[in-house]
Amino acid sequence: MLTLRGRGIVPGVIEGPALVSTEEISGFGGIDPARGVVIEPRHELFNECFTDTVLIFPGAKGSSGWSGFFQSTRLLGTAPLAMVFNTLTTKAVLGAIVSRVPTVVECDKDPTRLIRTGDYLRVDGHTGEVTILDAAYQPAS
Amino acid sequence: MFLTDDEKCMRDGAEGDAVAAAMDLLIRYGEALGAERLCETRNVAGTMTQPSPAKAKLVEEGGWAKAFAVINLDCDEDIEIPRMKVPTCQLQHGFGEDARGLTRYSEQFIELQQDAESFYTDKGVNILATCTPYQVGNLPVRGEHCAWMESSAVVYCNSVLGARTNCEGAASTGAASLTGRIPHWGNHLAENRYGTELLHSDIRLTTFADWGMFGYFVGEMVGEGRPVITGEWNQPDLADLKHFGAATATSGSVELYHIPGITPEARSVTEAFPGRVVGEAIGYGPRERQQVYEKLNDQGSSTDVDFVLLGCPHASLEQIEAIARRLEDRRIHADVELWIMTPPALRAAAARSGYDRVIAEAGGRLLTDSCPAMSKAAPDGTRVFATDSAKQVHYLPAILGIEGWFGTLDDCVDAALTGVWRGELPSC
Repeated sequence: MLTLRGRGIVPGVIEGPALVSTEEISGFGGIDPARGVVIEPRHELFNECFTDTVLIFPGAKGSSGWSGFFQSTRLLGTAPLAMVFNTLTTKAVLGAIVSRVPTVVECDKDPTRLIRTGDYLRVDGHTGEVTILDAAYQPAS
Repeated sequence: MFLTDDEKCMRDGAEGDAVAAAMDLLIRYGEALGAERLCETRNVAGTMTQPSPAKAKLVEEGGWAKAFAVINLDCDEDIEIPRMKVPTCQLQHGFGEDARGLTRYSEQFIELQQDAESFYTDKGVNILATCTPYQVGNLPVRGEHCAWMESSAVVYCNSVLGARTNCEGAASTGAASLTGRIPHWGNHLAENRYGTELLHSDIRLTTFADWGMFGYFVGEMVGEGRPVITGEWNQPDLADLKHFGAATATSGSVELYHIPGITPEARSVTEAFPGRVVGEAIGYGPRERQQVYEKLNDQGSSTDVDFVLLGCPHASLEQIEAIARRLEDRRIHADVELWIMTPPALRAAAARSGYDRVIAEAGGRLLTDSCPAMSKAAPDGTRVFATDSAKQVHYLPAILGIEGWFGTLDDCVDAALTGVWRGELPSC
């Protein structure tokens, strides 16, 4: 089992399937909080739903509305299960806090390269550990 | 994170539950960032009144106090909201009364926002209702610690004014407004304000469009960096740098740039990169300019324009005057809507100065508070829009599913008068 070690910034332990973006994610103009879907046309996750996934991404980009948009996913029931990102910005950190999902930042290895969409993960927001429990995980059809 | 005695008292409830919740959020946020301490601020620019479906639900459940607690303090308790502790302004929000009936924007949201303004003005919030607070009286001084959101305002505040702010959000500005504190991290520290990349424009920058295109290029090149710009230009004015910064924060996430000789924190390239040998500058020449222009215009195919949007970021009085001058004794095309977005305070000045009348007689509208991207609404039936803003053309087609053209002010006014897009990249 591969474990990445980072810093937990929002506590909580959760297991779930990964959704990986190698591109930064926008809040305003980037996601639709009502559906939990990426809406930026040229984004690699365009039309993908992040609800109930562990969202693995490099960091936040775009407008200062980022945290507010991810907070709305919590209020509308479409939030991801957890977040893992390496680039620390005020937008992404505040967004993780107000989304209230376990969050790990600044991992010793690049999570967007080592984790693949569909890998089953455990994210520990206390210890800062992200563990790939099942790399061959396939969601039940 | 280190807390002063005053901050510990706030955390422990000496100033009430709302201030304690605000301090709790600032501690969680500051520790997550790795900040060593908080700093004092007396200048907060945030958002409280902007309607959203999630906010409407909270207001229904527990009034505006509930909405503020959850959205602006990340707190689920039923708490009373005191007056703002430090000067706090509301940035741009949804469409107001002046846009009623012009789009499918929800009437219920217009009323919800009016209701919010009544609540928040009682709490001491100044309703500037603009993405450009620095145009209408909120002009921080060099070195002042601020807690601002709105990426185009943040980059202006840091770069042109030399004040210090990170790109904050609704919750951190809410917490700052009740405590007068914000994490002392990132752009608040002098060592994080030096340049990271050098860029040189081989093109002589003269117009608003030039600065927007160059900004879009710079943002793409540096991402989250702190660009230092050299080149030749006619003296840029407020509108040029407003457009430049907004564009860098759209294609990238720039929060601070330096233009030696123009902006206050670096008088020379050497001063922007202290103790560092700077490599070769990234160049911006005719080829790069052409590529940016094509990128900004790759979301247009039909040249039948039905909507022209000016004033992103919100127009200055000088920009309004320039538009009015071009519309004098003319009439915009029957199938086109022309909107100019501006802060309410400048709309009042434009009315006193007669520009409002000239624009209205030509068939255009001077509107306030918001923009089509913020409110996710354009005139009914809009299929193709044109703008002189790199930021608006970047966002609006994706948000509304419409086509977009970017060009100079003259291209946009021409489209408004004829209903046809005839813009071309001006020779340089």
